[in-house]
Amino acid sequence: MPLIFDGIEKAFPGVRALGGVSFEVREGSVHALMGENGAGKSTLLKILSGAYHPDSGKLILDGQELTIRNTQDALAAGIAVIYQELQLVPQLTVAENLFLGHLPSKFGWTDRKTLHSETKRILALVGEDIRPETQVGRLPIAQRQMIEIAKALSRDAKVIALDEPTSSLSSREVERLFAVIQRLREEGRIVLYVSHRMDEIFRICDAATVLRDGQHVQTWSTINEVTPDGLVRAMVGREVDTLNAYRSRPIGETTLTVRDLIGPGIREKIGFELKKGEIVGLFGLVGAGRTEVLNLIAGTTKAKGGQIDLDGNSYSALNPQKALKIGIGLCPEDRKKEGIVPIANITDNVNLGVRKSFVIKGRAERANAEARVQQFRVRTPSVDQKIGNLSGGNQQKAIIGRVIGHNLKVLLLDEPTRGIDIGAKSEVHEIVRNLAEQGVAVLLVSSEMPELLGICDRILVMEGGRISGELPRSKATQERLLELALPKKSS
Amino acid sequence: MSTPEKSPVIESPFRKVWDRAGILVVLVALLVGSAVLVPNFLSTNNLIYSLGLSVTTTGIVACGMLFALAAGDFDLSVGSVAAFAGMVAAVLLSKGFGPVPAVLLSLVAGLFIGAANGFIIAVCGINALITTLATMQIVRGLAYILNDGNSIGVGNMSFAALGTGTPLGVPMPLWTLLFCLVVFGLLLHRTVYGRNSLAIGGNKEAAHLAGVPTKKVQITIFALLSMLAALAGVVSTAQQQLGDPKGMTGLELRVISACVLGGVSLTGGIGSISHVIVGVLIMGTVQNVMDLKSVPTFYQYLISGAILLAAVLLDKLKQRGTSR
Repeated sequence: MPLIFDGIEKAFPGVRALGGVSFEVREGSVHALMGENGAGKSTLLKILSGAYHPDSGKLILDGQELTIRNTQDALAAGIAVIYQELQLVPQLTVAENLFLGHLPSKFGWTDRKTLHSETKRILALVGEDIRPETQVGRLPIAQRQMIEIAKALSRDAKVIALDEPTSSLSSREVERLFAVIQRLREEGRIVLYVSHRMDEIFRICDAATVLRDGQHVQTWSTINEVTPDGLVRAMVGREVDTLNAYRSRPIGETTLTVRDLIGPGIREKIGFELKKGEIVGLFGLVGAGRTEVLNLIAGTTKAKGGQIDLDGNSYSALNPQKALKIGIGLCPEDRKKEGIVPIANITDNVNLGVRKSFVIKGRAERANAEARVQQFRVRTPSVDQKIGNLSGGNQQKAIIGRVIGHNLKVLLLDEPTRGIDIGAKSEVHEIVRNLAEQGVAVLLVSSEMPELLGICDRILVMEGGRISGELPRSKATQERLLELALPKKSS
Repeated sequence: MSTPEKSPVIESPFRKVWDRAGILVVLVALLVGSAVLVPNFLSTNNLIYSLGLSVTTTGIVACGMLFALAAGDFDLSVGSVAAFAGMVAAVLLSKGFGPVPAVLLSLVAGLFIGAANGFIIAVCGINALITTLATMQIVRGLAYILNDGNSIGVGNMSFAALGTGTPLGVPMPLWTLLFCLVVFGLLLHRTVYGRNSLAIGGNKEAAHLAGVPTKKVQITIFALLSMLAALAGVVSTAQQQLGDPKGMTGLELRVISACVLGGVSLTGGIGSISHVIVGVLIMGTVQNVMDLKSVPTFYQYLISGAILLAAVLLDKLKQRGTSR
């Protein structure tokens, strides 16, 4: 019997998250749930899991209307939602996590024997063989995910929803996950699969539903009825120029010269130049020192040596305030941790750190924030909105708006499009291109090769704390980039 | 994938009032209730001398604690600093110093203690609980050492006027409190310094990377807070005409309670001077009413504690409504 969403509505103060969403999910199928960030997928999952209450609408499973007042009700009804941020307690053991809330006991004492034998049995359901006494915090993400799925199976969940399950898995781990999902389908369970990755969707999903702005756009009951482009169109609501949208532009003279820069995380002195209007990529594996280079240039970490020349002036040590003053702006890697002040509104976030006077100039700050919101098409009801309530892409645009305020000459972007959806991504790219056209030099750190190949004029590659190579746009390919980024055998 | 930002939904008027005012509603109800039910509550004498004077110490220090809380920290040493500064002023006066240098030197002593707190917290990275717990004891010790553990009387009348004078019919300590509320209110709401304090409490790492001089701001927050504690100590010494090394115990908890009661967030990022005013007034009114009704002291503790709990529970309820 299918799972039916019937007219689900949910509003938050000031925001309508879901406006009457109805669709049907067949049993024994893997159903993709797609949409940009903020489309309402998370809200829908949370309603399914009992974390939120719909304002109106019905959930029907096995022909019965479900009354889900809390998460316990959802579990009892056979629904398990597995979130991106896994819901396991890292300090406890695998066994304790699996039986959290209903530890087997004898006369009040924990029954270890039953606990461990049951744990082994449950883990076998997903083909895992982990010692029950292992602390969950010591396991890789992939295994933790398997434990969550095992947990759902141990409660005989009929509906299992997975929220971006592959976002932190290696390709081998993804294969194992898919094998398990395949089994779930064969057992006649319902799998709701939330992902942005087209290849995955077309590999394992039987059907797909797209949400946009809290509305149901379309459901394809077999995935063959639609193409990847069709899905993207449905999600974005318009045609998106794909990542390969390079535009050539005039490139000026050198504006930033980095000489002999050395500091924490850097093994060999770093030196390179940026020209006006140039977009330069900085590629490398995680830990290669890319973020460190940006932080050293912006002065957020102290350099041990080296020199930075900007338009003829030399600086040996910068701090964030001084860097901003002379025209070097940094947008940090981890938006939530290092970029935004979530409980403050957009006006405060856009003006943070770039205020020059002692007294707040309320009207000017508001005007500045409104100008950035318009310029970058930040989607928000007003600049008084808490920035934490915006989607990732809109937060990113606002943060770029912060640093471009004053005579920006060099923009340092650290993974600006990580975790944001396709539409917002192309908007961020457009912003970067526009800034470059106005003469700003951009240094762009990204782990996504298509992104770098798409918009950069030149790409620097780092490996193990040093610059291992430089490729002009004409010579850059994914193979060349990887070749330079992979560690060399010790010589 | 956080809460999406979609077409707006109309909010109910009650919701709006509650969101905006919240605890203010409680204060108004409390004041109206007291005015109706408690005889003498509305008399000028009670309002100015009993209620007004009882809140000055807490109120003055709360102006500074507001900044510490806004920035995600707090300071347990304020009670000791107040006692110490009062002793410094009393001892200096007894040694023949004039009232102006005596007061200034006490304030500077407070400023230094606070700057030391701030330095240890911001630069050395020790957490505020441990740091100020330690300085709380150190400074209390210093207060005792100043006069061998004895209190010391103050004879200087122009100094005493700081506590007992009544320009325009209002006692000096109330003027001082009013002055602090205005100055620190403006500092928080109208200056970059104030915004930066809130940003540090909201996300310190982001504020630092965005170019806010976080360490400088943190150090000055603690310095100003301790200076206010010293000021409160001096005012109280002038009022009682006595420097007392045992005085002001528990002040830190009263101040933090008042701020939280008014709506300042303990986790940082949220706070306004109106929170302080409301919180201090609620605490003062409850205390005042209990005194007027001669509630026995033992029961007063129960009631004060219950009110604090009720206030934070109400706030939690409110947050559940607004965010997500």
